[in-house]
Amino acid sequence: MIKGGLVGTLLAGFLVSLAFAEQAPQRQVSIGYVQLEDDPRYLADNAYTGIEFRELGRPLPGARVGLKDAETIGQVTSTEFSLKPASADSVDELIDRVRSWHRNGNIHFIIADLPAEQLLELAAATRELPVLYFNVSASDDRLRGSQCQANIAHVYPSDSMLTDALMQYLVSQKWTKLLVLKGEEQADERLVRALDESARKFGAEFVAERSFTLGKNPRNREQNNIALLTGEARYDVVFVADTSGELGRYVPYQTQRPRPVVGTAGLSPLAWHWSWHRHGAPQLQHRFEELASPRRMNSASWAAWASVKAVVQAAMRAESHDFEAMRAFILGGELNLDGSKGSPSSFRAWDQQLRQPLLLATPNAVIARLPLRDFMHAREVLDTLGTDEPESECQL
Amino acid sequence: MDLFKSDRLSCWTILCTMLCAFFAVISLPASAADTGYVFVSHERSHTVAVLDPSDDHKVVAEIPTSRRPRDMEFNSDQTLLYVACGDDDVIEVIDVASLEIVDSIKTGISPEVFTLSKDEKSLFVSEEESAIVRHIDIESGDTLAQVTTGPEPEGVLLNKDGSRLFVASEMADMVHVVDMDSLKVVQNIMVGTRPRRFEMTENESELWVSDELSGQVSIIDPETLQVKTRVEFLPPGFRASEVTPVGLDLSPDGKTMFVTLGRANHVAMVNVESKEIEAYVLVGSRPWGVAVSRDGERLYVANGLSDDVTLISVGDQKAVQSFATGRVPHTVVIDD
Repeated sequence: MIKGGLVGTLLAGFLVSLAFAEQAPQRQVSIGYVQLEDDPRYLADNAYTGIEFRELGRPLPGARVGLKDAETIGQVTSTEFSLKPASADSVDELIDRVRSWHRNGNIHFIIADLPAEQLLELAAATRELPVLYFNVSASDDRLRGSQCQANIAHVYPSDSMLTDALMQYLVSQKWTKLLVLKGEEQADERLVRALDESARKFGAEFVAERSFTLGKNPRNREQNNIALLTGEARYDVVFVADTSGELGRYVPYQTQRPRPVVGTAGLSPLAWHWSWHRHGAPQLQHRFEELASPRRMNSASWAAWASVKAVVQAAMRAESHDFEAMRAFILGGELNLDGSKGSPSSFRAWDQQLRQPLLLATPNAVIARLPLRDFMHAREVLDTLGTDEPESECQL
Repeated sequence: MDLFKSDRLSCWTILCTMLCAFFAVISLPASAADTGYVFVSHERSHTVAVLDPSDDHKVVAEIPTSRRPRDMEFNSDQTLLYVACGDDDVIEVIDVASLEIVDSIKTGISPEVFTLSKDEKSLFVSEEESAIVRHIDIESGDTLAQVTTGPEPEGVLLNKDGSRLFVASEMADMVHVVDMDSLKVVQNIMVGTRPRRFEMTENESELWVSDELSGQVSIIDPETLQVKTRVEFLPPGFRASEVTPVGLDLSPDGKTMFVTLGRANHVAMVNVESKEIEAYVLVGSRPWGVAVSRDGERLYVANGLSDDVTLISVGDQKAVQSFATGRVPHTVVIDD
């Protein structure tokens, strides 16, 4: 027997809101958000007859979920959190916007959904301002290495974290002979160099590294035919570096040898995947879908959500609300962020990269959560993913 | 039906039905069956498995429930067992004597953890999807009240005189204190990261709350509503971020708190008086649910990621045996 009609009784029931013994004066914490209108990474041109080769969604809804999650904390700490999104045609416009935010008030924390070059440009131009950027979509290692900047915190994982995650899994499976297929974009080259480092670190090898081109021109068949690209080598696994997504999706099931495909196609290392179902992930996913349906949360959206969470936790737990105190809380090792991935996250002191578990996912399942147990670390197991302190080239 | 072709059979059927009804009536309200059985809920096999400790922990019944049964609680005379089924939005009621589901109470979306009111006429249910605690009248199924909480509420605990309800919000890192007269949140206590479950010590002198992603338990003074101390866990060979405490249970003598450590695959035994960790016992994968027997000798731990339940000898501080019980065991309770 099922009892009671909920809808009817809801009206009869009391609606009790959070009420507080004391009402301290309201404090304001505004979080800025910057993006480029024509960011090539999101151009719909990448979709052919409506088929998306890669997840095109911008991370903004993730930040909005973070803000909604902060409502209760805002009530308790008498803080009003708000989000100020800005979309511009150029970095110069964004520089002006950040300067005006500074002149007019209290925006110190800015979520940046920008490609690496533009992020560096914005950060360099506003270096003198009391501002901390959260990088939520650029994976380039050099942002955390030779070109690192003190006013950028990286929430999105670096290329080396992603390739380390994948490599831990490959090595634990004893799939250590890799055939590497590389696309024409700079990002593809970067990914392969990061993978090469990961292979050295964990003990795997490239049996061959081959560049591919798009098209059907028979004169280039050695570069555009998947069967030929995957022939004449003995490998355990095929790694595809194809950030355009155009070729990669055809590689599984067309390889000359019956071997798994990993990288930007097949099994991919990610900060977030919608099919992750532990540690409160479904609840986060559902809150995201409420705001962004029919989209599902992707890695950049997760990073935007986690960035807001970091600011909110600082507002809740730091000694004061001034920028320096909150910045010190976020970057100084006190942050203990629940990213719904089962281990607490915090920023690495040496390059301001968020240490975090990563997920290895197929299009509809998370196969592994990284780091794996087999890989140990003297202090912090999450630091087996990405550039560790002794190897870091970052001078903050 | 053939049965109704014969008057004699028909009479017999009616008599039977009457007798059954008679016995059903006189057996309600039933006294405690005192079966000694161990009940385990399973999120993925949608069952409550019933183990008999007197017969080598054999599974004597697998009670099919609605989808994703998680938290369970007995009524005070242990005749009824309430089970929250998260994917079907109901709390089902198992009759302990017959091991059958006898009632079902509709909740909001995704009930996770709940507790019975002191008069056992209503329930307080944390609904993780909607960020509320719902107060539901069992008889009518009506929602009597809703209390808004932080995102992803989980643990709920009512104090002994029923004057205060404590609710943990996983995403807000807070314990909300609800005054039961006014049904208002009178205090929010900031604890560690991702607070999950509660346990009150004897005489209500301390409220323990597990902070899953801080690797610790925060201990709240129920008088002052302040965190007075913390106990951090670090079993040998683990790094701090791998230790994720969730389940709590107090020994019957009130002297030992058992804390399951999730990803660290151990149970900690903590001296309540001194706060010293007396032992770490290795169990299965990701232990959450925990229950100690009334004699204080046996401890059962549900290992969510190895699909088994580990029996620990409390005296020896050692795991004795593990039993495969079903997919993703969540909560353990004992009818003793």
